[in-house]
Amino acid sequence: MPSRYIKIRRQLTDYFFTGLAAGLSVLVVCTLVAILAYLVLKGAGSLNWAFITQPPKPVGEAGGGMANELLGSIMILAIASLFGVPVGVGAGIYLAEYGRNRLGKLVRFTSDVLNGVPSIVIGLVAYGLVVVQQKHFSAFAGGVALAIMMVPTVARTTEEMLLLVPQTVREAAFGLGIPQWRTTLSITLATARSGIITGIMLAFARIAGETAPLLFTAFGNQFWSFSPNQPIGALPLQIYTYALSPYDDWHRQAWAGALVLVILIVGTTTLVRFVFHRRMLTGVR
Amino acid sequence: MTRIRFHQELEDLKHRILEMAGMAEQAIDLAVQAYTQRDLALCRRVLANESAINRAEREVDEFAVDLLAMQQPMAVDLRFILAVIKINADLERVGDQAVNIAQRVMNMISHPVFDLPVDIPAMAGRVRAMVRDALKSFIEGDTELARHVLEADDEIDRLNHEAFSALSTTMQTKPDCAVQALDALSIARNLERVADHATNIAEDVIFWVRGADVRHGAGQTTAGI
Amino acid sequence: MGTAVEVRDLKAWFGKAEALHGINIAIETNHATAVIGPSGCGKSTFIRCLNRMHETNPDAHAEGEVKIGGSDIYAMPAVDVRRKVGMVFQKPNPFPSMTIYDNVAAGLKLNGMGKRHVLDEVVERSLQQAALWEEVKDVLKKKSGASLSGGQQQRLCIARALAVNPEVLLMDEPASALDPISTAKIEDLIFELKQKLTIVIVTHNMQQASRVAEFTGFFLLGNLVEFDKTEKIFTNPSDKRTEDYITGRFG
Repeated sequence: MPSRYIKIRRQLTDYFFTGLAAGLSVLVVCTLVAILAYLVLKGAGSLNWAFITQPPKPVGEAGGGMANELLGSIMILAIASLFGVPVGVGAGIYLAEYGRNRLGKLVRFTSDVLNGVPSIVIGLVAYGLVVVQQKHFSAFAGGVALAIMMVPTVARTTEEMLLLVPQTVREAAFGLGIPQWRTTLSITLATARSGIITGIMLAFARIAGETAPLLFTAFGNQFWSFSPNQPIGALPLQIYTYALSPYDDWHRQAWAGALVLVILIVGTTTLVRFVFHRRMLTGVR
Repeated sequence: MTRIRFHQELEDLKHRILEMAGMAEQAIDLAVQAYTQRDLALCRRVLANESAINRAEREVDEFAVDLLAMQQPMAVDLRFILAVIKINADLERVGDQAVNIAQRVMNMISHPVFDLPVDIPAMAGRVRAMVRDALKSFIEGDTELARHVLEADDEIDRLNHEAFSALSTTMQTKPDCAVQALDALSIARNLERVADHATNIAEDVIFWVRGADVRHGAGQTTAGI
Repeated sequence: MGTAVEVRDLKAWFGKAEALHGINIAIETNHATAVIGPSGCGKSTFIRCLNRMHETNPDAHAEGEVKIGGSDIYAMPAVDVRRKVGMVFQKPNPFPSMTIYDNVAAGLKLNGMGKRHVLDEVVERSLQQAALWEEVKDVLKKKSGASLSGGQQQRLCIARALAVNPEVLLMDEPASALDPISTAKIEDLIFELKQKLTIVIVTHNMQQASRVAEFTGFFLLGNLVEFDKTEKIFTNPSDKRTEDYITGRFG
C-alpha cells in the first residue's frame, strides 16, 4: 500500500494539473470573449440598417455603409469556395484512398509548402495568373487567390478525416462487390462527412478575413458592383482602408465593419453545421 | 503443453478406476480362495468389501460426468472418459459376481464335501488372467493385448459348457450331491460372466485407443487392429 | 449434392511471405463447412481468397484455381466474384452513415440496381432471412445501422450480405464478438441459411464448429492438414496434429 505521503502528493498533483488545464482553457475563452466584446462595444454603435444597405460616402460626408463591400465579400468567398472546396476535397480523397505512393508524397509536400506561403505572395500569383491575363481587377481574381489558400487546408483535413474511417467499413463495401470509386464516394466520404465539413469551415473562416491577397486582385470598389468580372470591394479591404485613415467617422465604420465580418463568418459556419446536422439520424453522433 | 489441469484430472480418473479394479480383482481372488480352502471368514470378507466397491463406482462416475461437462473433451480424451465410464460399470458387476460366488461357497461349506468333476480353480485361474490382461491393456493402451483377451473368452465359454454337461450328469447319477453340484454350476457361470466383463473392458480399450467399436464381433477387420 | 467451391493448389502471399502453401479442397453445396486452426494458420487468408478480398491488400497476391459454381473466379472481374460470394466479418461493420434500410439495400443500390419497390421487397426478405425483421421493421428508415446492439448489428450485416443473393456466404468468426445468446441466434440462422446457400465459416471456437458445420477443415501453418466430416474430426481424427489441436495439447 502506498504511504499516506505518496497518496497526498498524488492528489495534489492531480488538483494542480486539473487546475492548470482549466485555467488555460478559461484564458483562451476569455481572450475570445474579450475580442468579441470589444468588437461589439466599439462597433455596435455604428451598426445600423444604413450601414449594411448603403455603399460608402465620399470623404467628408457623414453616413454611408459597407453594403457593397459586404456583397463583395460574399461574392468573393462564394467564388473561392466554388473552386477551393472541390479541388481540396478531391485532392484529399486522392491522398487518402489512392495516395500511398510517390505522387501522393509529392502532393502532400506541395500542399504543406503552399500552406506556408505568405498570403500576399499568393495574391501576387493570382495577379499574374488572372489580372494580367484579363487586363483588369475582378472579384473572380480575388476568388481565385482565396481558393488557392483554401485548397491545402481542405485537402489535408479531408485526408485526415478519410483516414479515420476504419478499414472495416471499406471492406464491408468491397465484400458486397461495390467498386472502389463508388465505395469512396458513397460510403467513405459519407462516413467522414462531419469532419470534412469542419475542415472546410475552418478553411473558410481563415480566408474570410484575408486582406492582402485581395489588394491586387479584387482591388476594391467604392460603388455597387454585381459582376464577378469587375473590381469589387471586400470587408477586410475596407476595414484596412478606413482604419488607416485619419477620420474618426471612418474609424467607427471600420469597427462596425469588423463586427459585420465576424458575424458573417460565425453565421455561415453555424448555418452550415445546422443544415448538415439536421440531416443526421438518431443514434449517429 | 496446454490444459495441464485437465490432463492431470485425466490421470486422476485413471488412478481411481485402477484402484477400483484392484478391489474387484481382490474380491474374485478371495472368493475363489474361499472355495478352495472352504473358508467362511474369507466369504464374509468378500461380502463386507462390496460396499466399498459400490461407493467407488459412484465416485468414478461422478468424476467422469464432471469432466465431460466442464472440460469439453474431444477425440481421444472423450473416448477415454466414455471408456472409463463403461469399464467402471463392468468392474462393479465383477464385484457383484464375486459376492455371488462367495454366497454359493458359503452354501457349499454348510454341506458335505463332494468330489465334483469340475476344476473351478483352473477355470478361475484363466478368468483371473483375462481380467488382469484386460486391465493391463487399459493401463498401457495395448490393443494387441486387448485382442488376446477377446480371443480367450471362447475357451472360458467352452469350459463353462463342459462344466454344465459334467455336473448335470453327476446330478443324475449321484442325486445326494445335487446341492453342491448346483452351487458349483452357479460358480462356473459366475466365472463365465466375469470373463465376459473382462472382454467388455478389452473392447472398451480398443474403442478408446483406436476409435473403433468392436463390440459383438463387429469391425474387427475395418478397425485395422 | 455438388461442389459449390472447388479449390486447386491455392497459394497466397503477403509480399514475399507465403501464407498458404497449395490448398486443395472441395466445399459441398448447401452445407456448412468450418475452418479451424490456431492463430496464424492461414484460415482467414484462405477464405479471403475465395472472394478475392485477399488482393485488396496492396502487397498481397494469390495463385491457383478457385471455381465457384463451376466458374473460375480469376476469369471474371473481382466485383462480380464478390457479388456471388458474400462475406460477414468478425466485428459487425454496418455502414455508419446509413439507416437500417439503406444498409441492407446498399449492395443493390450502389451497384445500380435500385427500383424502389424491388428494394423494399429485397430489404424485407433479407431481414427476415437474417431473423431481424420483427425487431426493426418499424424503424427501418429512422434508426442508423450503428444504433443497434452488437448481435443485431451482426444480423444486419448478414441481411446486407444476403440482399445481393450470393451463392456462397463466407463468415469470418462471425460470433466471436458476441454474447452467448446472440451467438446461438446466429448459429440457428446458419442452420436455416444452409438450405439456400453454401456457408464457409472460420471459427476458433471448436464447439461452434461442431455445432453448425457438417464438414471441418483443420489448417496449420498455411497447410490444410485434414478435411473430413465434423464428427470424424472431433471423435477420431486421422492426423495426430489435428488431434493435438482439438484436445488442447497446443494452440
